[in-house]
Amino acid sequence: MPVEILMPALSPTMEKGNLAKWLKKEGDKVAPGDVIAEIETDKATMEVEAIDEGTLAKILVPEGTADVPVNQLIAVLATEGEDVQAVAAGGGAAPAKAEAPKEAPKAEAAPAEPAKAEAPKAESVPAAAAPAASAPAAASGERVFASPLARRLAKEKGVDLSGVKGSGPHGRVVAADVEAAPAGGAAKAAAPAAAKPAPAAAAPAAAPVSNSALLEQVKAYYEPGTYEEIPLDGMRRVIAQRMAEARQTVPTFYLTVDCDVDALLKLREELNKAAPEKDGKAAYKLSVNDFIIKAYALAFQQVPDANQVWGGDRYLKLKHSDIGVAVAIDGGKGLLTPIIRKAETKTLSAISNETRELATRARNKKLAPAEYQGGSSAISNLGMFGIKDFTAIINPPHATILAVGASEQRAVVKKGELAVATVMTVTISCDHRVMDGAMGAQLIGAFKQIIEKPMSMLV
Amino acid sequence: MANNYDVLFIGSGPGGYVGAIRAAQLGLKVGVIERTHIGGICPNWGCIPAKALLRSAEIFHYIEHAKDYGLVAEKFGVDIAGVVKRSRGIAAQMSNGVGFLLKKNKVDVIWGQASLTAPGKVTVAPVAEPAPKGALTPGDYTAKNIVIATGARPRALPGIEPDKKLIWTYFEALAPASVPKSLLIMGSGAIGVEFATFYKTMGSDVTIVELLPQILPVEDAEIAGHARKRFEKQGIKILTGAKVSKVVKGADNVTATVETSDGKVQTLTADRLISAVGVVGNIENLGLEALGVKTDRGCVVVDGLCRTNVPGVWAIGDVAGPPMLAHKAEHEGVIAAEAIAGKHAHAMDKLMIPGCTYCMPQIASVGLTEAKAKEAGFELKVGRFPFIGNGKAVALGEPDGLVKTIFDAKTGRLLGAHLVGAEVTELIQGFVLAMNLETTEEELINAVFPHPTVSETMHESVLSAYGRAIHM
Repeated sequence: MPVEILMPALSPTMEKGNLAKWLKKEGDKVAPGDVIAEIETDKATMEVEAIDEGTLAKILVPEGTADVPVNQLIAVLATEGEDVQAVAAGGGAAPAKAEAPKEAPKAEAAPAEPAKAEAPKAESVPAAAAPAASAPAAASGERVFASPLARRLAKEKGVDLSGVKGSGPHGRVVAADVEAAPAGGAAKAAAPAAAKPAPAAAAPAAAPVSNSALLEQVKAYYEPGTYEEIPLDGMRRVIAQRMAEARQTVPTFYLTVDCDVDALLKLREELNKAAPEKDGKAAYKLSVNDFIIKAYALAFQQVPDANQVWGGDRYLKLKHSDIGVAVAIDGGKGLLTPIIRKAETKTLSAISNETRELATRARNKKLAPAEYQGGSSAISNLGMFGIKDFTAIINPPHATILAVGASEQRAVVKKGELAVATVMTVTISCDHRVMDGAMGAQLIGAFKQIIEKPMSMLV
Repeated sequence: MANNYDVLFIGSGPGGYVGAIRAAQLGLKVGVIERTHIGGICPNWGCIPAKALLRSAEIFHYIEHAKDYGLVAEKFGVDIAGVVKRSRGIAAQMSNGVGFLLKKNKVDVIWGQASLTAPGKVTVAPVAEPAPKGALTPGDYTAKNIVIATGARPRALPGIEPDKKLIWTYFEALAPASVPKSLLIMGSGAIGVEFATFYKTMGSDVTIVELLPQILPVEDAEIAGHARKRFEKQGIKILTGAKVSKVVKGADNVTATVETSDGKVQTLTADRLISAVGVVGNIENLGLEALGVKTDRGCVVVDGLCRTNVPGVWAIGDVAGPPMLAHKAEHEGVIAAEAIAGKHAHAMDKLMIPGCTYCMPQIASVGLTEAKAKEAGFELKVGRFPFIGNGKAVALGEPDGLVKTIFDAKTGRLLGAHLVGAEVTELIQGFVLAMNLETTEEELINAVFPHPTVSETMHESVLSAYGRAIHM
């Protein structure tokens, strides 16, 4: 059976789109997941992936055709054993209403322009996260057809039906599909895969494992009585799910720089000494971290294009530098990231006091969601533990996160001579969907400059 | 080449003829090889003529009970020749219908006894049975795909082999010259109890002997128990856990030695004995051994798409294993045809194949019995609703009946439905659809069932499973 490839809908409201580009030619072999074409609307560009294996027998809508109606036949795929010529001939006879190709705005592979002002929020499902064309309905937020039993099982199991490929008639999701689907996404995160080399009997990574099946599998590796079973609390569950998702779906690159912080430490000391007294206590006591927050906030203002978050089929370019500060809760029981809003506008002392106050409430789990949701980026500082340098996992929708190591005296070369300097190594993790290496370098470069010339933070 | 086909079906029963029509619809060149009667057992010597006989029995039963309905019926009786004639006429009509459908779909009928000589090669030998008009003659035929659809035949127990005179199978029982005064029936499956109902109504003194502790062994125990009480009330004698160990034939009767599980031995004499102890697949003389086609306990071994272990050789219907039901064969015919045509055929879920038995009262079921569901480890919610609580059933004069529904308590999945009572064979499809669509109790509860109908008992049974039946 030749496979018909139809014009996908990028959003529930999309009626037509432009066929920007064919990435495969007639006669090319395609495998499931191969990107075969690019479709664009005025809002977004999306890749069309092959669902089936076969040979692209016939392209019915040429590249550059504008206003192709959703669900129009755009190409025909010959599956294994089928005569490509015959399929192509048959496909050509199909009622493809390809109008005279009009010149469509070139899409190319370049990411779409930054979201227009009227694009309000990131309501679309991340298109790149969901395999695009393999579930066009799901990617576009349309109704998912599923049997009542499948819906109920999904609810109980915490499976998102939009991510389940249906095996029933017309792609309907049936109970067996849900049973085969991994629960939530938490399952993979919970697997201590790295803790021990998996025995050969372990299921192949691709095979979906249900939570309980996974648990049984993991428990089988350890002698009963040699461990304690600790159920996940809500926070750990969310961390597991979000971090696993970020690690799997965000294409991340890392940039590391060393910052000379001697000037900063000196300034800090002077400022803290000069702190006025209030009720018998110093009005502020600045930490190195407070400087880092301020410097990071200013860096975003200097490189405003980096102040963006990922919204699926567009970015949100933020005006202010809202900087999240990772706070560990009760010695490893969890993590919260309260946000210092508009940090670029706040003085170091204001940042310092606000950070301390938020961190205290975070440890007591007294933060309101609005105090830790959103933001431009986040800072994870493990310097106080003596960690020299590390990389942090981006907390979506952020496109960046700054990992800060310890400030320590190191031998450095200054003007051709060996010298001792206090150096802090920082590493920024960047979402390549949002920014490229040069922009990341600009951002961390700006940060380094501000940190090393800390007086700029005072003006 | 004229003798070359895309697919050849060996046997024109419900599996073969339906598969052939489907294959023809998909543009394949199709032939059907038949040696006895177009349409196979079902329309000729099975489902259809049996239903015709039972309809006569049912009407006779109503006339007998005319008084219950305020009617007066005098001077009525059984003309068994007339009853059989009507049944045979209907069988012929259905068989002709199948022939017409095959012709309409340009399916060739090849007349004779088929055997596979090599992969893709079939030799058809002449048979005594006269060929229908337009049938192709015996000879060598080739086909890319060969589908074994040869059906099954009555199982014969050693020492109790059917002789067509005193020991009958369904063939003789479907066309009796007279109504035997007394009748012994071995086996209480669908065939056994249907003949028990027919002959009891026609005036025979009927005794059923069943080896297992329960009559209708595949049905839910509660439903079978309900049916048993009704049968016994009608005067049918039933021995369960009982084995016919010996049969001595007299001049015009048989004497059977029956051993019961409690060790008692008794002898029963009856005019005729019907052997209804199951059927066995027709796997012989087809050349299957030489081709290396795998068989198991009298049936061809197939996968979900009806493929045997030999490429290009397929098997469907009774010969491909239980449940041996016409609708299962039809469905497999379609699956095989679509798989052969390269369509995305889906394997059938055998759990969702319904079964219907046309005794009085009728029995219909789908899915797991309560015992099987428990055995499978489900935690159950079981609903029951008796016909006495249904206005339409009472108005019909059929207040004896029960609808039992079995749900998985955890998910609300409908695991099984078991019905006994008037016309339940026409009701079961509602539950079959529900199971196939994977509905939960919620959709069934939310559906509106028309009033006044017997189908309201289905709704009430579901409600009862969740503790909310209204008319009970």
